Amino acid sequence: MKKEMKWLLSLATLALVVWALTALEGRRNEYNMLYTVLQKGMILAVAAVAMNLLNGFTGLFSLGQAGFMAIGAYVTAILTIPATKLPGVYYISGVSQAILSFRGWTDSLPDWFQTAFPYLALIIGGLVAALFAALIGYPVLRLKSDYLAIATLGFSEIIRAIIASPQLNLITNGSYGLKSIPKLENLLVTFLIAAVCIAFIVLLIRSSYGRAFKAIREDEVAAEAMGINLARHKQYSFVISSFFTAVAGGMLAMYMRSIDSGTFKIGLTYDVLLIIVIGGIGSVTGSVISALLVTAAKEWWLRFFDQPLVIAGWEVPLFRTGFRMVIFSLLLMAVVLFYQRGLLGHKEFTWNVLMPSNWRKWLNKKQAGGKRHA
Amino acid sequence: MPDNILHIENLSMQFGGVLAVSSLNLDVCQDEIVALIGPNGAGKTTVFNMVTGVYVPTNGRITFKGKTIAEGYPESQMKKLYAGDHTGEYSKLISNTPDRITALGIARTFQNIRLFKEMTVFDNVLVATHMHLKANIFSTALGLARAEEKRMREETAYLINLMGLSPQKDELASSLPYGKQRHLEILRALATKPHLLLLDEPAAGMNPQETDELSAFIYRAREALKLTVLLIEHQMNLVMDISDRIYVIDFGKLIAQGNPAQVQDNPDVITAYLGVEEA
Amino acid sequence: MSFSTILQHALTGISLGGAYALIAIGYTMVYGILRLINFAHGDMFMMAGYFMIFAMASMPWPIAIPLVVIATMALGVLMERAAYAPLRSAPRMSIMISAIGVSYLLQNLATYLFTALPRGYPEITLLKHIFQIGELSASLVTFVTPVLAILLVLGLVYLINHSKMGMAMRAVSKDFETARLMGININSVISFTFAIGSALAAVGSILYFTDRMSVTPFSGALPGLKCFVAAVFGGIGSIPGAMVGGFVIGLTETALVALGYSTFSDAFTFILLIVILLFKPTGLFGQKTTEKV
Repeated sequence: MKKEMKWLLSLATLALVVWALTALEGRRNEYNMLYTVLQKGMILAVAAVAMNLLNGFTGLFSLGQAGFMAIGAYVTAILTIPATKLPGVYYISGVSQAILSFRGWTDSLPDWFQTAFPYLALIIGGLVAALFAALIGYPVLRLKSDYLAIATLGFSEIIRAIIASPQLNLITNGSYGLKSIPKLENLLVTFLIAAVCIAFIVLLIRSSYGRAFKAIREDEVAAEAMGINLARHKQYSFVISSFFTAVAGGMLAMYMRSIDSGTFKIGLTYDVLLIIVIGGIGSVTGSVISALLVTAAKEWWLRFFDQPLVIAGWEVPLFRTGFRMVIFSLLLMAVVLFYQRGLLGHKEFTWNVLMPSNWRKWLNKKQAGGKRHA
Repeated sequence: MPDNILHIENLSMQFGGVLAVSSLNLDVCQDEIVALIGPNGAGKTTVFNMVTGVYVPTNGRITFKGKTIAEGYPESQMKKLYAGDHTGEYSKLISNTPDRITALGIARTFQNIRLFKEMTVFDNVLVATHMHLKANIFSTALGLARAEEKRMREETAYLINLMGLSPQKDELASSLPYGKQRHLEILRALATKPHLLLLDEPAAGMNPQETDELSAFIYRAREALKLTVLLIEHQMNLVMDISDRIYVIDFGKLIAQGNPAQVQDNPDVITAYLGVEEA
Repeated sequence: MSFSTILQHALTGISLGGAYALIAIGYTMVYGILRLINFAHGDMFMMAGYFMIFAMASMPWPIAIPLVVIATMALGVLMERAAYAPLRSAPRMSIMISAIGVSYLLQNLATYLFTALPRGYPEITLLKHIFQIGELSASLVTFVTPVLAILLVLGLVYLINHSKMGMAMRAVSKDFETARLMGININSVISFTFAIGSALAAVGSILYFTDRMSVTPFSGALPGLKCFVAAVFGGIGSIPGAMVGGFVIGLTETALVALGYSTFSDAFTFILLIVILLFKPTGLFGQKTTEKV
């Protein structure tokens, strides 16, 4: 397909999406489920693509996503909860004076600052997480894959413990959590933030540094022999991935309106991991599609399994609360065991898929593949 | 006498109880093609690994273009125990990571092919030019390094063409036939713009025709890129054909050196490869 | 703090450590053979807890306990056959993801079958009987746990060093491919390893939950991770190491709670993990391996 045609199709889709999201915004109450799914799905898409950058493209099996999301979420929350509501939120122990003064100052700044501030808060959350990543990256990234996984998992739990500790009550409100977090303006804003984040990651992957990351994934020893400084490049990948993971965390805080340390248990990391497994480790479009599909399935479609089902007066056994998650877990295991490459494997979605000539090629490949294994 | 490029002095490598390389002395001069041969397990790849920084020698020194790139003396092990007084008197332990060595101008290929399997032929070579990219990660991602990237792509295309791999440039590296994979590994190493090229069994598994192509290619590359070559090889026709000088090692020790004619007739070499004749 | 209080806490710590030791051994054995961190091991320990609840509902404990052990062994072997065996030739990340998937499945299955509300753990009156030794008082289970743990470990070490199966296990953990070429039935060895690990986890689960009041579907996650840290601390692949690691973690956790830092007791374990990985990744008794270039 011609390049101009692809550009045209992409732009047309973009316009369509923008229109659809704006229209949906107006009919929010009618399509409540769809709205929720789209918003949460887009947030998880950012987290998924960020995780894919690290795990899928650079081959570093890190399980610390929940920790970085927690950092992003808490920083964003602390910076954006309206100053007037702060004492109410921190009702048990009170807020730290530093936070109060800082918020008092930001509230006194002009209007244009106020509208931009939530986005600035997201970025600051990302930067704080990036700092943490830079600090722990150097020692931790040298570890072999299994140990890296457990070390980052451990780090995630340490962050959670620190956030929940009574010693930090004045800052994080300890185990009581934070609430009254202002929401994301509308679907379009969520989409734009997500799009910018994902776009940057895509540009990075397509650049020379992205190729260096892939080389590290393919064969570290050879990559090093080709002049790629492993420590430095792994750091880049880790820090950038953590930045965007934290931004996703911040967005999640704004979506949920109230958070506590329990929101960021290891389960959250697993959720994102499972999204990228289903979508295809090493495929950005796969992660995005998967994020939306998985969120839709978990929050919406599979709810069907949680209600008792009666067919012609006979109550089908098994259908009750919790069945949905069992079905989901089984589907997941099926993907892991039989469709290891996930939906898209290493490939990306391109408009070429619409070309009939490609269908024939694809069919031929499938047949030839079958014959070879026979 | 042409410039000395690589100077290996009294090099030893000990792995626990095994002395893999023992007091090796070796020199490679500008524009030479030098071969390092010996039976399997003689320690040849270990020498390469020490030159490229994968291992730190337990003893000896390696100099590249006059600059010491690796040095290990038993005293430096002592330095760790001593920690404090008189440490300045003991030799420094010098080592470089493999990427530093490549940046200094030494590139290598591997005994078992280590291509980036899921990347295309073009990308395999292109990623080896990454080390010369001056732009930082953010500029590059945001597209501000277009000129540099263009130049890198042109260089890559040139190299791929040198070996006739242009038709396959967009195929996955793993889909190439074995012989072409070996060629690709060499091209990838050349993309790092080395001064010295270390080839570890480049002709392994190749048929005679492919081996001839390889010889011709090594000559071409030496001409075009002002390359000096040190190679490990088992295929004697290739070795005798293109080498200027040969070093023979067995059980980690140097047992013979000289030009091809000298080495061929050397009785120690024959014994090492074929064993002693039964009386 | 008086000496007897310290001793009392020490006793609790050793007891907790004993339970952790039994679970940690399961991790270390599986890692030694398959180079896999079995993320689902902790959840199996949780399922053993639920098995016990149901077994004790209709049977006296002398029958219930062996049944629970057998059921857990079956679960472990099933898990291995279904989720890990098919992926033996796949890249390492895949099998780890599979382990995470199984963990996820077990937790969701438990939530579905037993609800997320805590279920009361049955009391084995004999074990809960309080004994008094000098100034120390604790239930029988607190005394039994470390002793049982040590005995089982000794038995296991004997098995590994002096039996044919044990030799096969050692061979497989040293070199998978070669062991297979030597005619060792890999599948039986692996199934056997999982069976033993699961059996020990079941025993550990009985000892652990007897002192706690209840089980939830998420009761296994955190202890599971802690026990993995214990295994790493002792040197992954080393059974005595896992035991030592279990006791160390159990004791320090109890100490921290006693000193008032309970929220940090969990975090401490992970800090310990990171410290070990940075300074001595092979743990106390582990062995180094080098990769050939």
